Amino acid sequence: MVYELSYLILLLPLLSFIVLGLAGMKMQHKTAGLIGTCSLSLVTILSYWTAFTYFTADRTAEGVFQTIVPFNFTWLPLGNLHFDMGILLDPISVMMLIVISTVSLMVHIYSFGYMHGEKGFQRYYAFLSLFTMSMLGLVLATNIFQMYMFWELVGVSSYLLIGFYYPLKPAIAASKKAFIVTRFADMFFLVGILTFGYFTDSFSFSFAGDIVMGQGTTPFIEGNMAKAVAAGGFIIPTALTLMFIGGAGKSAMFPLHIWLPDAMEGPTPVSALIHAATMVVAGVFQIARMFPLWIEYAPQAMSIVVWVGVITAFYAAAVACAQSDIKRVLAFSTISQIAFMMVALGVSLPGHHGSILDNHAQLGYMAGMFHLFTHAMFKACLFLSAGCIIHAVHSNEMALMGGLRKYMPITHITFLISCLAIAGIPFFSGFSSKDEIITACMEYSPVVGWIMTGIAAMTAFYMFRLYYGIFWGTENKEAHEHHTPHEAPLTMTIPLIVLCIITMGVGIYSTLAGFMEWGGSFGSFVSAAGTDYTIHFNTQIAATSTVIAILSICLATYIYKGESQPIADRLYKTFPKLHRAAYKRFYQDEIWQYVTHRIIFRCVSTPIAWFDRHVVDGTFNFMAWGANEGGESLRAWQSGDVRKYAVWFLTGTVALTLVLLAL
Amino acid sequence: MVPVECYFVLSALLFFIGVYGFVTRRNLIAMLISIELVLNAVDINFAAFNRLLFPGELEGFFMTLFSIGVSAAESAVAIAIIINVYRNLKSDTVDSISNMKG
Repeated sequence: MVYELSYLILLLPLLSFIVLGLAGMKMQHKTAGLIGTCSLSLVTILSYWTAFTYFTADRTAEGVFQTIVPFNFTWLPLGNLHFDMGILLDPISVMMLIVISTVSLMVHIYSFGYMHGEKGFQRYYAFLSLFTMSMLGLVLATNIFQMYMFWELVGVSSYLLIGFYYPLKPAIAASKKAFIVTRFADMFFLVGILTFGYFTDSFSFSFAGDIVMGQGTTPFIEGNMAKAVAAGGFIIPTALTLMFIGGAGKSAMFPLHIWLPDAMEGPTPVSALIHAATMVVAGVFQIARMFPLWIEYAPQAMSIVVWVGVITAFYAAAVACAQSDIKRVLAFSTISQIAFMMVALGVSLPGHHGSILDNHAQLGYMAGMFHLFTHAMFKACLFLSAGCIIHAVHSNEMALMGGLRKYMPITHITFLISCLAIAGIPFFSGFSSKDEIITACMEYSPVVGWIMTGIAAMTAFYMFRLYYGIFWGTENKEAHEHHTPHEAPLTMTIPLIVLCIITMGVGIYSTLAGFMEWGGSFGSFVSAAGTDYTIHFNTQIAATSTVIAILSICLATYIYKGESQPIADRLYKTFPKLHRAAYKRFYQDEIWQYVTHRIIFRCVSTPIAWFDRHVVDGTFNFMAWGANEGGESLRAWQSGDVRKYAVWFLTGTVALTLVLLAL
Repeated sequence: MVPVECYFVLSALLFFIGVYGFVTRRNLIAMLISIELVLNAVDINFAAFNRLLFPGELEGFFMTLFSIGVSAAESAVAIAIIINVYRNLKSDTVDSISNMKG
């Protein structure tokens, strides 16, 4: 086995979390940051090495990468079932290793500059390590239950990091909101897991290729699917749909998205790592992980995934067009892009030729994973650039920006490149993945395909609205007078440049590979059936979406580039209600507030609370009161007064004697 | 010869005086004396009934002797306890022994 060291990928961040968590307060800021960053660098090197070894290893006879389980041990035996812990390497988990370790390392380096001199610097790095450990554990999980445990750990670290600025009220409220909303969704996930485990006698995933177990590892329990199907055909689809609700909560799908925009209260690098690149795609990853089950047992239920994704993508894109806080715009754009990935997975249909996993029919799976990869890179870059801007301007509001391109040349370029990537311009990474998604949607149904094309156009529009709002337009001289914006330090710009290079490199190669039908692109490594899949663009769709993207960029340029913005103002005056509704996120938060407070709290919780206080508590209080009163009244008898006892004794004896005599 | 009823009357008087003393006195020694009176009343009863019901037999007298022995031992123990109580609490009244009360 060449993967003996893979346990270090989980152990190193855990150790750095423990060290920084326990001894951090006694350390210098620099030491704490270096410990975190060094351990993460080692993890990154290990991950790259693992990925390199894995993807260069020989495929099996079917042309599939082997699924490798270097470690797996029984953690909690429960009769026939047992909960295992271990490490599992297959194409998607190895791909996620690269994404997580790269973005996390960039964020670690970036935070040196961004969090410089903050109170709680050591705590921040401790939480980053905890998060990285949990996220890596989630993708490397060998079974659903382990995945669930790390899933919750990810939620906790997200909660801790959103509430990092805990003296500020909005940060506390946002962290609680994020935790409660995702926990609510996770409840469905847990029910789904238990349903699945109960009916199939297994918590194992199911895989296309061979599984190679390491020495001394606990073997997987084969899921007894026949038993579950015999118990009722709806069971596996139900379990999977319940799990999807958990994933929808984590991935901020409509209507469980409400926590993500608020989560922007956390430090910006955290938003880049957790709320853009890694944690929020856990839901997508979960569906990809369960994909063989979805496709075999619940193909009809996948339309739920599709439509939830379509609605979310449209909703988030519409809201993003009206936000003024730059991080909120990016948050809604993240929601919209994750929805793209969901749709991509949802539109993957069973193959035609009798084969369950057919690469060609399941373009969507590959496209979704590809988009996950490219999106993580360019969205992390966008968030980190936004962090530089916030660092320079000391505000999130677009109104205080404008004309920043003169002051921040590096950030300007990186932001522009990432914007072009997310807009889907050829030779930037977003183009290839988004184009594959739209192609997959077109194959599924032209309606979905055209809707997604429209949303892609909206994406280009709002991203360039953001870009022009920040870097062009009128400079807010008043705000910049006493504090001239300046370029961020090197620790902050280097991660931006690295992420940009990845975006550009992947973009150029995959675009060329897509047109020339070269191998070695993303599809060679990750695809639905696991076989080598050569990406080739559908020229018609590629051309259409490029033209549409360029048109919307032109539109955004026309509206927002100038010093004054007459068209935007006129639009705003013509549709004030629509603008206000979009700005208020179509009142989703208010609806949730109404449903939870007015309906659930008042109509359900209040009567239950009354019942609990008066009936349940009342019964027990009455029993306690009775025992107490009984004791009080019997107390006088136990006076300790010997003479009284004697009188009672005598009286009793006499009475007994009289009774006996009378008988 | 004294009629046998007189013994019973004496015994009953002694018994109730004993009970009365036990109930009303607070002094531990006085209570012990009252108990002795009760026991003596019982002894008299034994002797009297033995003579009345089974003349010539001796079981009742033995019982009386036995009871006297037991009561002697009992008063020895009781006086030892009383002396200890007095030493520890500087008091010989029954109400002062309330350390064990909750």
